[in-house]
Amino acid sequence: MKREPFKFLLFAVLVLVAPLAFKGGYLMNVLVFVGINTMLAVALNLLLGYAGQISLGHAGFFGMGAYLSGILTATCGWNPWLAMPLAALAVGILATLIAFPILKLKGHYLAMATLGLGIIIYIVFNETVDLTGGPSGLSGIPNLAVGSLVFDSDIKNYYLVWTFTLAVMLFSVNLAGSRIGRALRAVHDSEVAARVMGVNARLLKVQVFALSAVISSLAGSLYAHTMTFVSPASFGFNFSIELLTMVVIGGLGSVYGSFLGAALLTLLPELLRGAQDYDIVIYGGLLMVMVMFMPGGLVRGIPDLFRRMARLREGAGNA
Amino acid sequence: MLRLKNINTYYGKVHALRNVSLHLGEGEIVTLIGANGAGKTTILNTISGVTPAGGGEVLFRKEPVTTLAPDRIVKYGISQVPEGRQVFKPLSVEDNLELGAYLRYKSREEKSAIKRDMAQVFTLFPRLFERRRQLAGTMSGGEQQMLAIGRALMANPKLLLLDEPSMGLAPLVVQEIFRVLERLRRENGVTILLVEQNAKAALKLADRGYVLETGKIIMEGPSFELTENAEVKRAYLGKDKKEIWER
Repeated sequence: MKREPFKFLLFAVLVLVAPLAFKGGYLMNVLVFVGINTMLAVALNLLLGYAGQISLGHAGFFGMGAYLSGILTATCGWNPWLAMPLAALAVGILATLIAFPILKLKGHYLAMATLGLGIIIYIVFNETVDLTGGPSGLSGIPNLAVGSLVFDSDIKNYYLVWTFTLAVMLFSVNLAGSRIGRALRAVHDSEVAARVMGVNARLLKVQVFALSAVISSLAGSLYAHTMTFVSPASFGFNFSIELLTMVVIGGLGSVYGSFLGAALLTLLPELLRGAQDYDIVIYGGLLMVMVMFMPGGLVRGIPDLFRRMARLREGAGNA
Repeated sequence: MLRLKNINTYYGKVHALRNVSLHLGEGEIVTLIGANGAGKTTILNTISGVTPAGGGEVLFRKEPVTTLAPDRIVKYGISQVPEGRQVFKPLSVEDNLELGAYLRYKSREEKSAIKRDMAQVFTLFPRLFERRRQLAGTMSGGEQQMLAIGRALMANPKLLLLDEPSMGLAPLVVQEIFRVLERLRRENGVTILLVEQNAKAALKLADRGYVLETGKIIMEGPSFELTENAEVKRAYLGKDKKEIWER
């Protein structure tokens, strides 16, 4: 447990110095997305990896954060710093109301229900043209600003987004190691046993669902204010699946795993651009190989791989 | 200390408990015996609030607790060791024990009391201390049962509900666990309601017993009386089968 603060500090320093290595350019823009996706993956992991409750509708909460922020600032002329928490609050309230009936469901049924929720939200983005601009999107969303510092370049956005992402990660690491984190893992493993221990499983599941939605909404707001444009295509069912993949590939129940998963799934399409039409085949193939050989996710699979390689080398030395 | 009055419990349309009444005195060990599906587990789940009663009344220290949620029941001092142990397998032994004290993290004094209680659990079950950092799922059945009991004790209960602690365990381990139950009553004054299929061992430990059949209590009395009862002997103790059959 005492190693956790050190691990986090090391990670934070790496994040801070990473831009020096890349010297700006297009990759900076991708790294902003890695930050946003990490935040989303961590949020989903709290729900899926710790509490064991699936959601296929998280792109919807992400989109709601983005649209609420966008509409409040671009259309109503609010200050973005005010729009962000308000959007998060609204999403939190909605998620709580939905969570009470929906989280009574388990397994496949919960997956179906959250899937439906995501699709409904997506349809609303498309159809309420007066409000959201419909399929052609909403533009003119202002950047965030502190005094005279406007976050309008990739490097500035990188630090902005990652400040939030690091805060969310630190919060999640602490939550996971706390009494509540223990209770979440208990509910995941055996709900009945958790209940007879005095854990109010139903309430806890609702709370973590709402928390996860609120973080997703914050990520959405950041997305809107860094891109200054949102359209429904970014918040469809596909993106919910992509988030789920990030969490599983990275490692269920690991905050740093979520980062690895988010980083991999965000960077991979960029790296595979050279392969042209074959990129999607390689992408899919890589995911399959990883799931087969690293069932615990990257966060457990990579150290395992090193250990196995070290053993092989030892074996070769002895022979 | 605990009194059930005319309890009726349903699973949907299935009438699982029919007018069950029973009582436990302070510091007593009482056992519920009966065949599969007789409703033994349902009685425990009704007391702990997991499957609330559809009718009747549960009184704990003269206060009605019939419709309270499980977490409230735990606060009252009733703690359940669920059937099949149900330890949290991916969590360490220590984390499992901490979860038992889930509702107690309020003040600093409580935190040190929790530490003391954990030390006591480790004295009762030294094996758990040796394995405190191990994942619960990697332990043997007996060790998991010890952990399940230890975890329930971490809530600092006045009444302990045990659901078939001997299930699937070696006779020696069962003996060890039953000795600990005896010790808990003697040293901590814990009252115990014990559900068992192993009627012989249960009646040996308990002061009194109830015999349950298809959701009804058909017999009750001091353990020695039940042990001597011909019907109990035939049905649950596996003795004198031939004599009764020949009669």
